[in-house]
Amino acid sequence: MLYFSVPLGKLVRRVSRLRGGGSALPGLVVEKIDPGFMQRTLSTLPLGVAVVSGTNGKTTTTKMVVELLESQGLKVFTNRTGSNFTRGVAAALLGDVDWRGRLDADIAVLELDEAHAVHFVNRVPPRYSLLLNVLRDQLDRFGEIDKTAQLLQHIASKTTGTVVLNREDPRVARIADTLDGPEVRYFGLDDSLLSTFPNDDDLRAGPGSPVPALPAKPHADVVLRRVGTDDADFEYDGATVTTGMKLRGVYNIFNAAAALVLARCIAGNGAAPTDHDGLLKALSEVAPAFGRGESLVVDGLPLDLVLVKNPSGFRLGLKSFPAGGYATMVAINDNYADGRDMSWLWDVEFDSLREGGVDQLSGSRAYDMALRLQYDEVAIGAVNPEIAPALAAFIQGAKDKPKRIFCTYTAMLAIRRELSKITTVEVVS
Amino acid sequence: MSPASEESKGTIRVLQLYPRDMNIYGDWGNALVLQQRLRWHGYTPELLEYNVGDDFPSDVDLIVGGGGQDSGQLVIQDDLLSRESTLKELAEGGTPMLLICGLYQLFGRFFKTRTGSVIPGIGVLDVETHGTDERLIGNVTVSSPEFGDILGYENHSGQTTLGPGVQPLGTTPKGTGNNSSDGKEGARYRNIVASYLHGSLLPKNPAIADFLIRTAVERKYGSFSAGAPDDRYAVLAREHAARRPR
Repeated sequence: MLYFSVPLGKLVRRVSRLRGGGSALPGLVVEKIDPGFMQRTLSTLPLGVAVVSGTNGKTTTTKMVVELLESQGLKVFTNRTGSNFTRGVAAALLGDVDWRGRLDADIAVLELDEAHAVHFVNRVPPRYSLLLNVLRDQLDRFGEIDKTAQLLQHIASKTTGTVVLNREDPRVARIADTLDGPEVRYFGLDDSLLSTFPNDDDLRAGPGSPVPALPAKPHADVVLRRVGTDDADFEYDGATVTTGMKLRGVYNIFNAAAALVLARCIAGNGAAPTDHDGLLKALSEVAPAFGRGESLVVDGLPLDLVLVKNPSGFRLGLKSFPAGGYATMVAINDNYADGRDMSWLWDVEFDSLREGGVDQLSGSRAYDMALRLQYDEVAIGAVNPEIAPALAAFIQGAKDKPKRIFCTYTAMLAIRRELSKITTVEVVS
Repeated sequence: MSPASEESKGTIRVLQLYPRDMNIYGDWGNALVLQQRLRWHGYTPELLEYNVGDDFPSDVDLIVGGGGQDSGQLVIQDDLLSRESTLKELAEGGTPMLLICGLYQLFGRFFKTRTGSVIPGIGVLDVETHGTDERLIGNVTVSSPEFGDILGYENHSGQTTLGPGVQPLGTTPKGTGNNSSDGKEGARYRNIVASYLHGSLLPKNPAIADFLIRTAVERKYGSFSAGAPDDRYAVLAREHAARRPR
């Protein structure tokens, strides 16, 4: 059976790609006929497996870790197309192994959805894990934030080497207290930047509410000290370095600190000494992952797509991309991948859009968004739940201005599809 | 005297109960809607907060309380019990209240967890809640004799049954509501509206918001004169929400 599983899986993969099918089917086939395939293949990697999880920023952070490790000459296997569940990993492996099932890589860096990661780590205990944050994201899927924190705790508890934690997210930092096996390292944020990172606990602390006291902070391997328009300061090894950044958005750059901690741990355990300049250069060149803070060009002016999927992410998006001078569109869908529950819109303050107003609203919940803006006294141009005509009207009406679209996941896919008809949009297979 | 206070028809003190610990799924939206609609009706809102250990404010006209995670409920439990007599007095006296999810449960008689331990409530509402393994999640439409269709979203594993001392808020043509067996949602008692619906509840259901406001104003000033809030977006948001899948 084992002899046939890899060739057969690869064959299914080819056929399903020819048919334009999803990425998971070949994974399903190989899992059925050869349940040990994934575990066996990943166990051959000399530097093991690193898992990246958390509610926000997994895709871009994973991309950063991969590029940082590649700058150190390592061969990295990763699940690039966002198939962040076990079957997707198996499918991605099928694409990279040779016909005899061998994987030519030093390490696997895998983005895993919190709930699926639990199943994955039970079968493949990772050597490294990087846990980013627990934000209010698709709570209708997991039930509660504390539940999500428990999922991340489980990933950490199965990690055999090093766990990298977000020092500034209390639910993530607290995981350290529950561990006795793995080594714990942190990434952190300068106090001056903390206010741009609301966590869900202080989302609603209105004027006059006491701010919960911060517990004593552990030492962080890498601390993000400052974020400029196209550069940032990171502190590590007792010194502060300034580097240019292609990434936009404070939260992306905070995740760069996370990626740096993990990459330094892994590279430090490799055969060759760490090339620190190479790491920094790679960091400065990382571009955002698909759809995350992408900048396209329409009518010779920038059009930014900002993916928003939970209150903290939306707040960070509004803060990271100031509205001044921009035409603004917001597209909110409530399909399963977006989260069906619209309550999160009420946990975001939209005052920052009051001055310029919002030119266009769209998506299946466009009128929920309109209602939300009405209560924050933000002027609304036009509302059309249909994305194609709404996007066309938005572009037509703001020809002389740079544009920004805040959108949920499936709204972003629809917008990219429309934009690909008029400008160059990266195609992700 | 400033022009604003000359024009105001009066001040309404709105108290948020435990906003620090019981505040999830857009509960803030309910407080924001009360605040803005009071203004649109020509009244001056005064938004107050009560958190664990605070002095309980006097002259409260309207109370709004939200949901929480299990951890939040544990934090407020003892403090809430210590305020039992105050809150009972306000409720029996007719103070309008909106209680969502977690505080709906804790205003009832008790919450019995899955493992069998009993968390006492303050017994303002004749309801009891039992923790289950089943999570009730999704869009809900409630048909209410008093407010028409109520639209929202539920996400809870506690299942509540009503005693004879309260009326249901309505029945659920779509979604589950109080529990997975009797097709009823929420509770009504005196001027209390209790519900599992968040999303937030009030923005898309201005009829409930205006009931709470009108009741608060009438109790304080004898009569209520309505303004003319623009509810075009609320009407459209309701139409579109009603068409979404469970």
